Amino acid sequence: MKQMNKKEHSNGHKTDILIAGVGGQGTILTGRVIAALAINEGLDVKTAETHGMAQRGGSVITHARLGEKVYSPLIPQGDGDILLSFEKVEALRWLPFLNPSGTVIVNTQQLEPMPVLTGTMEYPTGIRKEIESKAARLIEVDALSHEPVKQNSRMVNTFLLGILARIMPFEKEKWLRVMEQTIKARLVDINKQSFEAGWEFARGKE
Amino acid sequence: MSDQRVIMTGNEAIALGAYEGGVTVGTAYPGTPSTEILENLGQYPGVDCNWSPNEKTALEAAIGASMEGARVIAAMKHVGVNVAADPLLTLSYTGVGGGLVLVTADDPGMHSSQNEQDNRHYARLAKLPLLEPSDSEEARDHVLAALELSERFDTPVMLRTTTRISHSRSTLVPGERRELPIAGFEKNPAKYVMLPGFARQRHPLVEDRLLALQKEAENSSLNRIEPGSKDLGIVTSGVAYQYAREALPDATFLKLGFSYPLPKALIREFASKVKEIVVIEELDPFLEEQLQAMHLGVPIRGKELFPLLGELGTEIIREKILNQKTEPIKVREEIPARPPVMCPGCSHRGVFYMLKKLKLNVTGDIGCYTLGALPPLQAIDSCICMGASIGVALGMARANPDSARNTAAVIGDSTFLHSGITPLLDAVYNNAPITVLILDNSTTAMTGHQCHPGTGSTLQGEPSSAVDLENLCRSLGVKKVTATDAFDLDELRDAIKSGVESDSEGPSVIIVRRPCVFLLSSFGKPPAVDQELCTGCGTCMKLGCPALNLKDEKAAINSTICTACGLCEQLCRFDAIKPAARKAGETNE
Repeated sequence: MKQMNKKEHSNGHKTDILIAGVGGQGTILTGRVIAALAINEGLDVKTAETHGMAQRGGSVITHARLGEKVYSPLIPQGDGDILLSFEKVEALRWLPFLNPSGTVIVNTQQLEPMPVLTGTMEYPTGIRKEIESKAARLIEVDALSHEPVKQNSRMVNTFLLGILARIMPFEKEKWLRVMEQTIKARLVDINKQSFEAGWEFARGKE
Repeated sequence: MSDQRVIMTGNEAIALGAYEGGVTVGTAYPGTPSTEILENLGQYPGVDCNWSPNEKTALEAAIGASMEGARVIAAMKHVGVNVAADPLLTLSYTGVGGGLVLVTADDPGMHSSQNEQDNRHYARLAKLPLLEPSDSEEARDHVLAALELSERFDTPVMLRTTTRISHSRSTLVPGERRELPIAGFEKNPAKYVMLPGFARQRHPLVEDRLLALQKEAENSSLNRIEPGSKDLGIVTSGVAYQYAREALPDATFLKLGFSYPLPKALIREFASKVKEIVVIEELDPFLEEQLQAMHLGVPIRGKELFPLLGELGTEIIREKILNQKTEPIKVREEIPARPPVMCPGCSHRGVFYMLKKLKLNVTGDIGCYTLGALPPLQAIDSCICMGASIGVALGMARANPDSARNTAAVIGDSTFLHSGITPLLDAVYNNAPITVLILDNSTTAMTGHQCHPGTGSTLQGEPSSAVDLENLCRSLGVKKVTATDAFDLDELRDAIKSGVESDSEGPSVIIVRRPCVFLLSSFGKPPAVDQELCTGCGTCMKLGCPALNLKDEKAAINSTICTACGLCEQLCRFDAIKPAARKAGETNE
């Protein structure tokens, strides 16, 4: 993968991460954890979020960019290193932001958008095949079938974060520490558990 | 980078800047992308923060605080400044007591707005200094600079962000708060009483002030030349600077943080260093037109290359200036769009279902319920600005008296209190028999559930008097005021019909009540679909509920997101959708 080596971060390179999903799925929190980790690591970081109207069930994207120096908070199309999608069709929608050498992590949950619910369109099929043919690497997961997400669907974001963390060049303990800093105290333990589950899932895919 | 660095959004940084700068009063009405400024400022000790009913009253309260000698910040979205424009343009004449900063948060690309006006024009119109930060650290620093400028030059200062400043996170090192004495109000009619005689004396001071501000801008640390290749000079401000800096690492830059009045000597100096100037700015050619008028002797391009619409980005700058076109991954063209939708359990859904069913013309307003315009509800016929639903319905009735029988105005509680009261009074006064639905969900939902004058609490959590909507409408002179449950379709139909069919003179008001689903902590059990009784007729799908689906020609309920609002049960003519407690096969009674 391009520019994923930690040493290279200090050489003017950036890591560009896109977090896609549906308004209300918790993509913003994931971006915040990544950003806090980058700061702990002495890197520059910027993120851009979707607030307002799209948070009502619309397609949302968080951009997170880390490196020695970051200017634009937005990842240019074709520059993304990792696309982490909380929902299946959203991975396809935001794929043009990914560099063809990049990695896609996709939660296979299908949330049907209104044109599908009303029957004017079909939920797309063959998404996996299309992503596999266009991106260097695809990690698919049905996060909702794994504990603790199975019990508590709100844990999907830290489960996916665990997968993302596994392919980033930072130690697991650093991620866990940063989660303690960014997540509400009473929710830290379950989120850490969820993160660990995601981490282990990704390790199994190596 | 230092360990003390923290990351925050531009809005959080503006709040921090206000806190560090000794601001003791903050005023605002919520509006994306500005909302979080006051929410964050209200968390700091020693700052009195209030939601005002609208931006005009917010700015007026800011003026009063400033007259008392307090430092004050008023925050609003771009269209909110339209509402506050009346006090703003005369505030320019009176000047300030304590430093006053007006934050305008613009929304190029209209992520969450009805237009994408470029509010830099207001600085020119009102003859005020304009600051444009390009990241969170600058957002904090510019608030501090704005407070100083405001007091030194006796002027309100506009600080303009855009969505990508307000809602992007970047790093900064927080500083200490300055505690400042508050001088107290001193009578000074020649300064604060804008009778024509006094205003005529103030206007020349405004013009002199603008010249003095231009001199200040020349030497301001907020404006800087960043050396680079002589071949290309970039003039830019705000977030466009970041896009341009990333795309064009070799160019010479004039980065304007203090962007009105323009530092003309600095611009001439810059022009003398480069062979060509390209102005990179989002929306209108605000900087470009002023530069063109200076006849700098070098070619200047701007909107010749870049669009007047929407946001810029690194890509378009690479393409237009370096001729580097990226070839991003192409995906299939047919991907179903995912527009925002009313939430499952939204109290607005049944209203729009019924308005559509009754085939009414619906004048709409600003809030989550504007989503009632989208398929499948498609029940809204106009949306202009805050409060316009009532005024537009009134105008229709005046042009065509018959229209009152097939028209309803729909407005949310927070929007009604923002600017719906005056047009309702207009309808009472002018005997317009319009029907107004106030959708009271007990919150300002779209912007993230802020309290308002009808909720009984304030931004900082103090209990307060909640306005009684029925009595308010009656006191305006509305004779027919009724209240209905947003989840009872029969009641809704009867109330709406009774409103539009009413022969009484003057308006009818129907207050449709149910709290926003976000305010509830628990829900009933989702209903079940009886597979035998369901005919797959699709009537329930007309609700546009994300929890409903037609699978294999039978209705299906997504029980993880269903909140058991009961609307689909009421709609089903075959009794196929039954409350959870009953088993399939039992009757509905």
